[in-house]
Amino acid sequence: MAHVDQLVGSYRAWAANGASGAPDWLRDLREGGIARFHELGFPNMKQEAWRFTSVAPIAEGSFELAKAPQKVPTLEEIQPFLLFETGHRLVFVDGFFQRSLSMPLFDDVQSLARVATEHPDLVRQHLGKYAASENRPFSALNTAFVNDGALVHVPAKAAVEFPIQLLFLATGGKPVVSHPRNLIVVDREARASIVETYAALDDGAYWTNAVTEIVLGDGARVDYHRVQQESSRAYHVATTQSHQGRDSTLNLHFVAFGGRLARHDIGAVMAGPGGTLILNGLYLLGGQQHADHHTTIDHAADHCESHEYFNGVLDEKSRGVFTGRIIVRPGAQKTDSKQTNNNLLLSADAHADSQPQLEIYADDVKCTHGSTVGPLDPRALFYLRSRGMGEDEARRLLTYGFAAEILGRMGVVSLRAELDRIVRVRLAA
Amino acid sequence: MAKGTGLLEVKGLRVAVAGNEILKGVDLAIREGEVHAIMGPNGSGKSTLAQVLAGHPAYTVLAGTARYDGKDLLDLKPEERARAGVFLAFQYPVEIRGITNSYFLRSALNALRRERGEAELDPIDFLQFLEQKLEAIGWDDSMMNRPVNEGFSGGEKKRNEILQLAVLEPRLAILDETDSGLDIDALKTVAETVNKLRGPNRSFLIVTHYQRLLNHITPDVVHVLADGRIVKSGGPELALELEAKGYDWLRDAAMVS
Repeated sequence: MAHVDQLVGSYRAWAANGASGAPDWLRDLREGGIARFHELGFPNMKQEAWRFTSVAPIAEGSFELAKAPQKVPTLEEIQPFLLFETGHRLVFVDGFFQRSLSMPLFDDVQSLARVATEHPDLVRQHLGKYAASENRPFSALNTAFVNDGALVHVPAKAAVEFPIQLLFLATGGKPVVSHPRNLIVVDREARASIVETYAALDDGAYWTNAVTEIVLGDGARVDYHRVQQESSRAYHVATTQSHQGRDSTLNLHFVAFGGRLARHDIGAVMAGPGGTLILNGLYLLGGQQHADHHTTIDHAADHCESHEYFNGVLDEKSRGVFTGRIIVRPGAQKTDSKQTNNNLLLSADAHADSQPQLEIYADDVKCTHGSTVGPLDPRALFYLRSRGMGEDEARRLLTYGFAAEILGRMGVVSLRAELDRIVRVRLAA
Repeated sequence: MAKGTGLLEVKGLRVAVAGNEILKGVDLAIREGEVHAIMGPNGSGKSTLAQVLAGHPAYTVLAGTARYDGKDLLDLKPEERARAGVFLAFQYPVEIRGITNSYFLRSALNALRRERGEAELDPIDFLQFLEQKLEAIGWDDSMMNRPVNEGFSGGEKKRNEILQLAVLEPRLAILDETDSGLDIDALKTVAETVNKLRGPNRSFLIVTHYQRLLNHITPDVVHVLADGRIVKSGGPELALELEAKGYDWLRDAAMVS
């Protein structure tokens, strides 16, 4: 428990010094977070939700709270990570907002820290209301250190024309921890498309502990994409929690390429009737990488539709874990929920765990799920070879198809092209 | 009946799968431009013959030879056979997730073009090429942007095999029960397309359980395969005879011989 105490101590020091100017409500939120984390401690593998993932490297490691970078990277240095020429962009380095690298075109796309101080009402109304901390120590810890991050607010009936990029870069020099906290609020009948990227400027063993809350008003539509390409030595822990109003449409896309150890809790609450949700994810791992996606779709209202697709491509000694929990609450009639998780094992040492968890408390619903774990289908290999493709080309094409199936659902062309490029590079290696 | 020079010559072919001998000495000779039909009851080895000629790795050749265009066919990898002009229309086409039909076809065509020392087609050139092919066989492009065979009906999968045949332009096309699972309209479409693709430089080996496909595609030679051997060969009239009399009389003949 040494490390829990270290983190709590680090919080006390920060609260007394760096964060001492916070308004009461924010201080209370943080105090609640640290108290919860202190009580829960780090999760262990005896807990059902953590059966396949050990966080010992984090719990037993030593991470200092990240400081504002002494040397801010230049625009040129971050160019490889920039997806769009136009539109809003917020850039964070080691968790700290970088005004000089960002393009916040209007006040509603801003650094959370600034808005929390200057216009607290919106933040206060939503922050921490969706990403539950009761049994989630990492989310609680993030809440304790809530400071910087992105705030995206799209007012009712407005449409943001260009995708908004939120870019989180780690300098990676030291074993530090940052706790980015993002809040995306898209009011009724408004539309937005967002790309949130986590990447590294250097190959360090740092730790990112991020939380993003996404709130959709009635009839809103959000296309949210999250790309995790942390350094191959990094630890990445994240919570993404969405909350949908009536007749809203949410497309959530997740791609995980990076990190030595990554754990992502994805929660989607369909709170109003008639909502549509797509949860579309890819993990492409190699080396000793371990990525765990723990998803929960909560059908809390009737007539909602959710489609979940996760594909894993696992090479070398990597391990992919997928949990797909679907809850259909009493009264959530006419729920239509489909879930698939397909895992491709490219080496005898790669491993995948796939577990669907359906909890259905309504009787007039349609829920299907399916999962596969295995090597390339020999029938498919023969099919391609019988068309003239060499064995290597056939393998590459089939493997690429696993990734392309997921990427093909993304509507943002420049993002899809970039991810496609990364996948091809990885598969050619 | 004989058209061109010999393209495929199979002699004494014996093949086993999982330790069971399925083909027990098959002899077959196909000349350029000829259409041969192989008929026979279930379990006679028809599909095994089709698959082994395409190089399916699950089958073990115990004895015999297969010469194709002067080469030892059995010595070639599946992709080498394809590049030499052998094409198998699968009985059960495989679904390929995430790869569109168009991408798949272009990859396959480019593999063949590389072999022939021709420049690869980029996506735009390929689309033009494809449009010509589709027009020639009178089909639309509705299947092109869907993942290969995924969510296709049985009929669509079979049509897709024939489309690949049209694009890849093989010298020897083997159709493995392409008619099974097709309704009569789909059967006619497929047969008409095959007829359009017939030519002096293309031979067909049509494996079928039923005679009905042969109402639309008139073969040059009909063979009957029973218990791993070709027990009778003849002209198109043999197919009609089989339709009328069934297979039993021939199976008995196979037992006796």
